[in-house]
Amino acid sequence: MSATTIPERGAQPVGYAALMIILLLAMVAALLASAAIGYAPLDIGAAVSDMLHGNDTLSALVLVQLRVPRAVLGALVGFSLGITGAAMQGLLRNPLADPGITGVTSAASLGAVVVFYFGLAGILPLALPLGGIAGAALSTLLLYGVAGSGASTTTLILAGVAINSFFGALTTLALNLSPNPYAVSEIVFWLLGSLSDRSLQYVWLVAPMMLAGWLLLLMTGPALDGLSLGEDTATSLGFNLARIRLLLIAGTALSVGSAVAATGSIAFIGLVVPHLLRPLVGYRPSRLLLVSGLGGATLTLLADIIVRLLPVRPELKLGVVTALIGAPFLFRLIWRLRSEDR
Amino acid sequence: MKLEARNIAINFGQAAVLRSVDLAVSSGEMVGLIGPNGSGKTTLLRVLANLRGPDAGDVTLEGRDLEEVGERELSKRIAYLAQGGDVHWPMRVEALVALGRLPHRRAFRDQTMSDRIAIEQAMIAADVVSLRNRTMMHLSGGERMRVLLARALAVEASLLLADEPVAALDPLHQLRAMELLRDAARSGTGIIVVLHDLSLAARFCDRLVLIARGGIVAEGRPTDVLTSANLAEAYGVDVVCGVSEGLPFYLPQTIRPPIPEIP
Repeated sequence: MSATTIPERGAQPVGYAALMIILLLAMVAALLASAAIGYAPLDIGAAVSDMLHGNDTLSALVLVQLRVPRAVLGALVGFSLGITGAAMQGLLRNPLADPGITGVTSAASLGAVVVFYFGLAGILPLALPLGGIAGAALSTLLLYGVAGSGASTTTLILAGVAINSFFGALTTLALNLSPNPYAVSEIVFWLLGSLSDRSLQYVWLVAPMMLAGWLLLLMTGPALDGLSLGEDTATSLGFNLARIRLLLIAGTALSVGSAVAATGSIAFIGLVVPHLLRPLVGYRPSRLLLVSGLGGATLTLLADIIVRLLPVRPELKLGVVTALIGAPFLFRLIWRLRSEDR
Repeated sequence: MKLEARNIAINFGQAAVLRSVDLAVSSGEMVGLIGPNGSGKTTLLRVLANLRGPDAGDVTLEGRDLEEVGERELSKRIAYLAQGGDVHWPMRVEALVALGRLPHRRAFRDQTMSDRIAIEQAMIAADVVSLRNRTMMHLSGGERMRVLLARALAVEASLLLADEPVAALDPLHQLRAMELLRDAARSGTGIIVVLHDLSLAARFCDRLVLIARGGIVAEGRPTDVLTSANLAEAYGVDVVCGVSEGLPFYLPQTIRPPIPEIP
C-alpha cells in the first residue's frame, strides 16, 4: 500500500460539479428570462396558468407558440454550437477552430437557400430546416469523399476549407441568379441568423438530431484528452483516431447542421464559449464539452434577449449581435497569441 | 511479456527505409535502438507500438499478432513516449500524468483509487511530485520530459517504447531520465529507447541494436555493438572509444568518405 497522501480528486480552479451547477442555473435563468421578455406585454403567471388549464387565451398562445419555442430553440442551438466548438478545438488542438471548419455551416446554409430559391417553404412549412439538414448531410458525405475515412487532421481541415468555399460559392450563385429582389433579401436575412418566428415544430424536428449529435460528441471526450499529447500518443492510449474523427464529424453535422437549419448562421458562439471556459476546467478537453454546451446555450439566450431589449427596429438579427460581440473577442485572442509568440 | 518484430520492411514511396529487420524486447530488459538520422528508428518504434503497420513482416506480443491483441489491450501493455513531447494545452502536471490512465478508463467514470495510486507512484518515480500544480508551459525542458515520462509510467504497462527521451536535455537531466528508465527496467518493465548519445546507450542499456541503411548493422551487448568498425559503417565517422572511471565514452572524431549505396 502506498504511504503517499492521495490528493483531492480532480482539483482545479473551480470544482467541475460546481461549475456545471452554476452554468446549469445560469442557463435555466436565461431560459426563463427569454420566455418572459418579448415585444408584447405578457402576464407570465396568467399565461402559464391558462396553458396548464388548456385555455387557448392569447397569453397562452403567445407563450406556447412564440416565447417557449424561441427560448428552447435558442438553448438547443447555443448548446449545439458550444459543445461542437469545444469538440472541434479539442480535435484540432487549436483554440481558433470552430464548428464551421468542416464546411457544415455553409452547406446547411446552402440547403436552406435552395429551399428559398425554389419557394419550397410555401409548400412545406418544415422545408427550411429539412433543407438545412440535407445540406449538412451532403457536406459530411462530401467531406468523407474528399478526405477519405482515414484522413489526417490536416487533410480534414483542407477538405473543410474546400467544402466551405464550394458551398459558399453556390450560395452566392443562388443570390446571383435569384429571380427577384424579394427572394434575395429573404435569403440574406435568413442567413444572418435569428430565433424569431420559429414554431414548436422546429423544436421537435431538430431536438432529436441535436441530442444524437451531442451524444456522439460526448463519446469522443476521453480521446480528446488523449489528443492533448498528440496523435501518436492518443493512439498509443487505445484510441482509434479514424473512428473518433468520424464520430466528431457525424456529431457536428447532426447538431450544427440542424442548428443552422433552424436558425441560420450564428457566429462566434462555438469559438468564444469553449475558449472562455477552458481555464475553468483545467484545460481538460473532455470536461469542456458539456460545460461549453451549457455556456453556449446561456450566451445565445442572453444575446437573443439583448436583441429584443435593444430599441432598434427592425429587430437586429441574432447572428449580427453574436458577431458584433464575438469579433472584438477574437481580436483580443489574436493579440494575446501574438504577444505569446514574441 | 515479449514484444517481437520479425522481417519488418518499410517503404516511403519508392524508397525502402527498412528491409527485413528483427527486433525484440522482453520484460525487465532495456534495449537501446541506435543509428543515424533517417535510418528508420522512429518508424520501427511506431511499428512496434502499432501506430503504423509494416509493409512486410509481423509484430507479435506474447506470440499473438498485434491486430489480434486489440487496441485497448495493447494500450495497457505498451506505453509509448513520442519524440518531441507535444503538449497542446497548458494542463497541470498532475492532470497530464493522469492521462496515462486513459487505457484503464471505464465509460462515464472518473478515476478509481488504483488510478490515483498509479499516478502518484509515477510522479514519485519521475520526481515530479513538487511540480504537481504547475502547468506544463511553465516548466523547463528537463522538467517537461520527467513529467512526460511519469505520464508513460502511469500506464503501468509491461513495455515502454521511448523515442529520443533525452534529446535536447542537459547532461544532468539526461542522466536523470536514463536512470529513471533503468529503474523502470529493473522493476520489470521491458524498455526500448531510441538514443543518439552512444555513451549513454553503452552505459545504461542491456542490449543495443544498431540500424543503418535499411538493415541491422550489429546487435548485442553494448561493447560488442559499439565497435569502431560498426560505428564507421553505420554513421560514417571514426569514433574515439574509451573508459573513464569505469564508464564507457564514445566521441565522434572524423568524417569518413561516403559509403556507396547497397544496390
